[in-house]
Amino acid sequence: MSHAILVDLTECVGCGACRDACQQIHHFPQVEATSLDAQNFTTLRLYENPESGTETYIRQMCQHCKEPACASACLVGALEKTKDGAVTWDANKCIGCRYCMLACPFDIPKYEWGSNNPKVRKCTMCYQERHVREDYEVDDAGYVIDRKGKRVTVDGREITAEERDTILEMTTNYEGNRASACSVACPMEATIFGERSELVAEAQRRIRENPDSYVHKVYGLKEVGGTSVFYLSNVSFESLGFRTKLEETPLPEKTWRVLEKIPDIVVTAGVALGAVYWITNRREEVRRFEDEKKNRIKTKS
Amino acid sequence: MKNALQNITFWKVVAAVFLLGGLTAAIVRFGWGLGAATNLSDITPWGLWIGFDVVTGVGLAAGGFTLAGIVYIFNLKRFKPIVRPAILTAFMGYCLVIVGLLFDLGRPWSIWHALIYQNPHSVLFEVAMCVMLYTTVLALEFSPVVLERFRMKRALKIVKAITIPLIVLGILLSMLHQSSLGSLYLIVPQKMHPFWYSPMLPVFFFVSAVAVGLGMTILESYLSARAFQKTLETPLLRDLARIMIGILLVYFTARFIDLLRRDVLHLVFESSFETAMLWLEVALMLFIPLLLFNIKNWGRTRQGLFFTAFSMVLGFITNRLNVTMTSLERYYQQNFGVTYFPSIGELAVTIAIVTAGFVLFALAVKYLPIFPHHEEETVLRFDNAAERSPSPQISGKPAAELQRH
Ligand code: SF4
Ligand code: SF4
Ligand code: SF4
Repeated sequence: MSHAILVDLTECVGCGACRDACQQIHHFPQVEATSLDAQNFTTLRLYENPESGTETYIRQMCQHCKEPACASACLVGALEKTKDGAVTWDANKCIGCRYCMLACPFDIPKYEWGSNNPKVRKCTMCYQERHVREDYEVDDAGYVIDRKGKRVTVDGREITAEERDTILEMTTNYEGNRASACSVACPMEATIFGERSELVAEAQRRIRENPDSYVHKVYGLKEVGGTSVFYLSNVSFESLGFRTKLEETPLPEKTWRVLEKIPDIVVTAGVALGAVYWITNRREEVRRFEDEKKNRIKTKS
Repeated sequence: MKNALQNITFWKVVAAVFLLGGLTAAIVRFGWGLGAATNLSDITPWGLWIGFDVVTGVGLAAGGFTLAGIVYIFNLKRFKPIVRPAILTAFMGYCLVIVGLLFDLGRPWSIWHALIYQNPHSVLFEVAMCVMLYTTVLALEFSPVVLERFRMKRALKIVKAITIPLIVLGILLSMLHQSSLGSLYLIVPQKMHPFWYSPMLPVFFFVSAVAVGLGMTILESYLSARAFQKTLETPLLRDLARIMIGILLVYFTARFIDLLRRDVLHLVFESSFETAMLWLEVALMLFIPLLLFNIKNWGRTRQGLFFTAFSMVLGFITNRLNVTMTSLERYYQQNFGVTYFPSIGELAVTIAIVTAGFVLFALAVKYLPIFPHHEEETVLRFDNAAERSPSPQISGKPAAELQRH
């Protein structure tokens, strides 16, 4: 099952519950950030429509692309599109080249610039948190272990029973399903977590049933080949500052088109070089042979 | 003589100052992290260290494979005397690129992860593999010089036996590597200015690298001539310059057609920062070299060739910095209101790395048999290929004459 998040900006009241929940579950300081950084995986920004005077809160987070540029860029495969739908990052692999940050079309991955062992940070769709299970036991030292007896780590930290319970509470929605902390915290119908195809249908239903309250576009459906986070809005996405000029072809294809040719290039160029070498050296051999012949004739006569 | 001494001391002082500056920046970088030493940010993740130390640096080291190809594959043996300095610069260039990379990586100690967690879909993985393999190949290609110095005949024989496969491998790796640095940017079509984003980037990077390899060789040979009286014949350099200009003409024709096909040619007369930078690049890389090279009685002298090559190399550097930095500025400005310019720390490290390049080259020319010179007759004797070739011109004397000394 592939998960996704639907953000309906027309429903958002700007209460900041999603942002606060995200900061809390990741042990980040509680601040009202308006731009993403290593300790803010999601932000809210206010947009005032100059014409109508209406206010729209713009929520930003990782798009969890279907074919993520960040993951294709990462030379060690630290970023990965999981079957779950989330794009995750592995601290044990990353070498800190920051090519992922350059490659991401939405400028999402952020970096711990002040650290000497810096991490790439971005929204994880609460992947690890959502996979902490209720039936995980606690070992003698007080840390939560999984069913194989291995200590459970969330965000690189081992967790206590108390932390396990907080995580469970924060990532279980009113229907009893596991969901991202931001969606659980949202008091409106503005952030919903669910199965990708169901959310696409839900987004389209909302537009269909209230055609006057929406611009007729589900942002994230087609951008860079589709993502797992969708936006609905009543103001054009362009004026909200969304990246609207993205092609529908997934970005990784642009580099793969070149990379896949490498074997052919190597073989062709190798053969060509060999041929040139053979011809040029052969020519010289022939010339030397001729010279010798001439010399021999000369000495004879 | 006294004058020359004073001169050298002056440059030594300059080098020491630059190296110290780099050291200071290194302490800040490794003591307090990238944020403290650089102007890099969440918005501008790559800057001067990638743009110059890595992307440009690899290009400037292209002389190694270009000349190896000319001499061993195309069998133009008269260029043989230049192969060694070219391979040496390439090897040192690559070592310095790795140093630059270690500065830039957030977790430099895990650089070896590239070997075990391979992602074949990443251009950067290709880059990493090429850096590693080609540096090894260069070390092997360069090893005869060291082996000769210490008269290790057996090892020398082995290396000599695999010369040609090694050269071919080196050329293949260089092709991949030079082009892959262009491919790196293929994944950000929407961020780059259309002057520099092109699906043809890998090809452009490779072709311009071949040209700059020749330019760098001319420069090096001129500089070492001035400093150490070790030099090559002007006609050889003239031929290199001629090939270089030929390649540049092809390169810019292709770039022109590319701009035309992508329908951005009309932008080249727009008044903008990018346009100015594009023209600067074209002027330094093409127009000025063309002009200088064709000045009567001067263009083909040693000095004329030096300035021709010098302008070309500056143009090449401008091109690489344009691709890696200029082309992104508008995106940063429009979306975040941010402009990137390298910090003092970044500049200090880059300057120190360039200085280290000069120092290492000078030391190598002085202490290793790099340039053909009277004392180095052993070099020629070991070199059966040189004997075969029709009397290579070295320091104006035929090799045969040299050997009789
Ligand atoms: S939005 Fe950026 S960081 Fe998130 S998955 Fe897509 S490419 Fe990766
Ligand atoms: S910074 Fe880390 S996660 Fe990002 S591309 Fe480099 S190695 Fe991968
Ligand atoms: S999915 Fe999780 S990590 Fe992402 S914004 Fe929501 S709470 Fe934060």
